[in-house]
Amino acid sequence: MMLQVAAIKHRGSFTLDAQFELPTPGVVALFGRSGCGKSTLVNVIAGLLKPDFGRLALDETVLLDTERHIDVPPERRRIGYVFQDARLFPHLSVAKNLRYAQRRAKVPAFAGIDLVADLLDLGTLMQRRTHQLSGGERQRVAIGRALLSQPSLLLLDEPLASLDAARREEVLPYLETLRDQLAIPMVYVSHHFEEVLRLATHLVLMESGKTIAQGNLGDMSLNPGLRAIIGADAVGAIVDGTVLGLDPASGLLRVQVGHGELKVRFGKLATGAKLRVQLLARDLIVATRAPQQLSVRNSLTGLVTAVMEDDGDSDLIAIDVGGTIITARVTKAATRELGLVSGLPVWALVKTASLRPYPI
Amino acid sequence: MMWLSANESEALSLSLSVASRSVLLSLPFAVLLAWVLTRRQFVGRTVLDALVHLPLVLPPVVIGYLLLLLFGARGPIGGWLERVFGVELIFTRNGAALATAVMSFPLMVRAMRISLENVDRGLEDAARTLGAGPMDRFATITLPLMLPGVLAGAITAFSAALGEFGAVITFVSNIPGETRTLPLALYTALQTPGGDSAAARLALISCVLGLGGLFLSEWFARHVRRMLGR
Repeated sequence: MMLQVAAIKHRGSFTLDAQFELPTPGVVALFGRSGCGKSTLVNVIAGLLKPDFGRLALDETVLLDTERHIDVPPERRRIGYVFQDARLFPHLSVAKNLRYAQRRAKVPAFAGIDLVADLLDLGTLMQRRTHQLSGGERQRVAIGRALLSQPSLLLLDEPLASLDAARREEVLPYLETLRDQLAIPMVYVSHHFEEVLRLATHLVLMESGKTIAQGNLGDMSLNPGLRAIIGADAVGAIVDGTVLGLDPASGLLRVQVGHGELKVRFGKLATGAKLRVQLLARDLIVATRAPQQLSVRNSLTGLVTAVMEDDGDSDLIAIDVGGTIITARVTKAATRELGLVSGLPVWALVKTASLRPYPI
Repeated sequence: MMWLSANESEALSLSLSVASRSVLLSLPFAVLLAWVLTRRQFVGRTVLDALVHLPLVLPPVVIGYLLLLLFGARGPIGGWLERVFGVELIFTRNGAALATAVMSFPLMVRAMRISLENVDRGLEDAARTLGAGPMDRFATITLPLMLPGVLAGAITAFSAALGEFGAVITFVSNIPGETRTLPLALYTALQTPGGDSAAARLALISCVLGLGGLFLSEWFARHVRRMLGR
């Protein structure tokens, strides 16, 4: 099961040259600076924009193939689209907006109005006019409307970009619910890395119209192209660990990462469940001898796999902690004094307070 | 209507009848042309645009004359209409409606175009991704959203139709009870010795009608805006 996308489109001095694949179901984040062509690519996928060259296939269904002159019009692609500005129909109530989509669905409903209203808490909004909704409510209705068209793929073009931080926080949990409860593949456009961390399984990096790198989120977290966009301070490994259980003494969650274990502050989660943890490179401490008498709760043993120049005075040390790579930023002076080289056994230390858990 | 004379009420009801027919006749064509001129790019668009606006720049008498040539009993279209449908236009209120429709057509199209230009095409795209085909999109999204312009156009055209003189008298003459609308009746009264007071009364009726139309259109516009949630 796979979503395959390839598109070339010239538009004045701008050229879109994109190609990516997503195993489905999954959530791929198109990530890059504003104006890098993310929305253009999404419009090509939706069919609202014709590429000069393009191919789009979802599993066995070819929706676009310019070489074979296949171009299924948007109204028959079964691709749901949540726009940044919601685009609710102003002359219809919330309920009628939803029914508009449902009535035009091309396949028997897998998501009925009741289910969608339940998932997105739309019950109390049904009779409202769209101009009486808050920004967050508008987006929830827009998401519900897209779902009711029974899409086989859902496009979300910066659905939270026009919302303030509080409203964003109000909508994000609904998107997580969607990802977890419906097996619809999603393409999520964003320039907020936080949203990507919370939602995506895969990441496609874009820069000035080109897709420059792609892969699952864990692998991509170490990509140098990502650092250029999110900045040095946000660089760090993203690992999806397995919950081992609750540590009764501390009340912290024990999460297996590689062959080691991290203690994470994160409510309760069933043993065996997955938890995504971000270990920022700037928060990691590297030791070449077993550390003692420290307040740090987490210590992972591993081997240095690479020493990469980060900027003028610091290095990025990649450490294999048992099939999982994490990174630590240390000064060049530290690299020299500790003699950090590829193959050296080291201890990576990180405070529990520095770990950032995300439910997945 | 008790306070109107037989002639006056005849002219008034005829005017309303002609204006209504005129608006009903031109409405679908105006919506179509507004859409074509706003949304389509094609060769000859400028020519079509100019053609639509012709009645605004030509003397009404010239329009009446051109209508006579085209829609007269021996004209290419008029002859065909009579043979095939048995529709007579010359000297009839339908002819008067056609003349007023042609004259008020540019006003109608103009109002609709302004309103159509303000319809967010993003909403049509959204409808498209939800599975709506072209006709479906037009009927359920575009048309309802341009409704203020359609109404404004219809009301403007109706008012203009009530007042049309030159094209009507040239094309269908001035026949009491058939083509003698309010302005023609007013003109006739002025031509008649001692008809001054009759003319004044007809002028007053025209004023009341015009003001009434104005208030009605304002009320409509407010109602539609509320319906569209603005």
